[in-house]
Amino acid sequence: MSFNLKTTLAALAATTMLAGPALADLTGNLRIMSDMSNPAPRAAMEGLAAEFGAMHPELNIELEIVDREAWKTQIRNALTANAPDVINWYAANRMGPYVDAGLFEDISDMYEDGSLPGLDAVKGAMTLDGKQWGVPYTYYQWGIYYREDMFKDLGLVEPVTFDDELANCQKIVDSGKKCYAIGTKFLWTAGGWFDYMNMRTNGFDFHMQLARGEVAWTDERVKETFANWRKIIDMGGYIDDHQSYSWQEALKFMTDGDAASYLIGNFAVPHLREAGLDDTQIDFYQFPTIADVPQGEDAPTDTFHIPANASNKDNARAFLQFVTSADVQTKLNAGDSLGQLPVNAASSVDADEFLEQGFEMLSTNAQGGVAQFFDRDFPAEMASMGMEGLQEFMVFPDNLDDILARLEEARGRIYK
Amino acid sequence: MTSLTAGSTTPHKKGWYARNEIKVTPWLFLLPGILFFAVYVIAPIFQSFWISFHEWDGLGEKTYIGFANYERLATDRKFEVSFWNNLKWLFLYLLAIPLGLFIALLLNQKVWGIRLYKSLFFFPFVISQVVVGLVFSWFYLPREGLLNAVLVTFGMEPVNILGHPGTATYGIIAAGLWPQTAYCMILYLTGLNAVDPEQVEAARLDGAKGYKMLWYVILPQLRPATFIAFVVTIIGALRSFDLISVMTNGGPFGSTRVLSFFMYEESFSEFGFRMGYGAAIAVVLFLLMLCFIGYFLWSMFQDEKEGR
Repeated sequence: MSFNLKTTLAALAATTMLAGPALADLTGNLRIMSDMSNPAPRAAMEGLAAEFGAMHPELNIELEIVDREAWKTQIRNALTANAPDVINWYAANRMGPYVDAGLFEDISDMYEDGSLPGLDAVKGAMTLDGKQWGVPYTYYQWGIYYREDMFKDLGLVEPVTFDDELANCQKIVDSGKKCYAIGTKFLWTAGGWFDYMNMRTNGFDFHMQLARGEVAWTDERVKETFANWRKIIDMGGYIDDHQSYSWQEALKFMTDGDAASYLIGNFAVPHLREAGLDDTQIDFYQFPTIADVPQGEDAPTDTFHIPANASNKDNARAFLQFVTSADVQTKLNAGDSLGQLPVNAASSVDADEFLEQGFEMLSTNAQGGVAQFFDRDFPAEMASMGMEGLQEFMVFPDNLDDILARLEEARGRIYK
Repeated sequence: MTSLTAGSTTPHKKGWYARNEIKVTPWLFLLPGILFFAVYVIAPIFQSFWISFHEWDGLGEKTYIGFANYERLATDRKFEVSFWNNLKWLFLYLLAIPLGLFIALLLNQKVWGIRLYKSLFFFPFVISQVVVGLVFSWFYLPREGLLNAVLVTFGMEPVNILGHPGTATYGIIAAGLWPQTAYCMILYLTGLNAVDPEQVEAARLDGAKGYKMLWYVILPQLRPATFIAFVVTIIGALRSFDLISVMTNGGPFGSTRVLSFFMYEESFSEFGFRMGYGAAIAVVLFLLMLCFIGYFLWSMFQDEKEGR
């Protein structure tokens, strides 16, 4: 019934040319190129496009979903030749190269004129050079996911300080298991550990100074971070041969009960559940404190942008507005869809053990600040060299001085 | 279209084309090929040279920086590692030639079902390099892999070949040798078909057998096959990109990079926005290949001269 009504209205509007702002029916085309290629995000994205299409029957929506990893290199071609109208990318410094090259549309006006209500808290992550270049659509917390049943068996409780953490880890190691699963084959997971070690040892602000290239890698404070990190490495806290596994492959250590916990983003939860662990077996805690500094957290944000060369920018803007609206955000990030956190302050977080804990942590216990992630906060070249060094450190901690000297040399060249 | 019909309807007027037909026609036939070769091969080579003198992120403006990219290459440890790995590839990959010859000699006999064995030996060359890489990386897996299962049953310590910077490159080369050996084998099998049976007979009458027969009678006749096997193996070693990308992604900590992978990483990968630097690597790789190919062309030319 409603479908008929809509088409009638649309036909009416089209024939009489009286389409007022109240109807705001969009016409023409909208080409969306999305990197949401994993099963759940893909379904969510297709749902979004279908819903937007139902709202605007005259609009011809073309949705193309690209493999998420492949998209990281394809985006350059997509933005320059025959650009789509809406694309996916990541917040913060990851936008840098495209913003500098003028390939992202400046949408600061949408933030100013109130067409994006409820996004004030996340505006910062979308800001470069004082302007906003896109909208976020989801974000997720990082933290330590652990096997509740294993902790119970060993009589452990969620640690609050790093000393508790080390004491726990010692007991786990003594029982013949490993404390942490990690797969560093694709490097970035090591970046998560460094983010937390550094933010806890030296604070969020110092971490950001390092990301901006204002502090030397050979600084004593950085060395202190690595010294703390080394404690876990030296006690045998990490699984062996982690340099040969992807993060998904390393999950097996946790689901098999060979490793007790995993520092990872909330996107790991569906995998753990699929592997047969239920919510009584897995739980989450915030990364413990080391020094007395306000806690900073990693909460990477995924985004939508309009390419500067897009041909249907008005339709694209309407889509960004739609994606970030409170109701759509609630639905999109619900447990049966993306299972992450909504970016709109007026949205509600789905009733899920991990989403609730994560939301609570980020809104009340991240006074230090919210970082995006190592590879999004550091410039591209620094990030890739840095993560390679971090992986090397995790395997050969004795090479630290050499690694830091190399990174410092790179810092001198990269930041100008 | 119109000029062609015009030309064919007025043959006795002796136009420019008619007078020069013999000279021009070959060039006309070559023209599309030359055009495409020039646009897609020759021009990009010079473009790479040009880009290598710039700092460029592939998106914005280029800045001219002269030889700075090359100066950086000279001190870059990543470049050093990649270069040595390239040399390891070049030399160890050549093992495919004797291995291929050995298998070809083994299979060059008339036994029931030999065709099946031949095709089974050729099989690894047919499957994609990506699949070869995947299969071998599973084979090498530190705990679950078949290799370690075998080692453990023989009471040896398990090894993590791809996870250790000292062994990873050799592990990948071994994976690459598998299909390359099959390729060399097929080249030698066809070569062995062309061996003159009368010469073999004559040698036998003179009392040659075994190793001497192989070295002095068979191998000289296989020279064309050896030459081709050499060329394809060298080229295969220099473009060893897919295996590295699939098996280690250049890791652990960049120890398995070769020049082509390094170039890709610097310019096109997820964090690569250094087109100028990537182009400088490409130029070095180009010059390296030029040496080899120059040598091959020269020796091919010498052979031709002898043949006449």
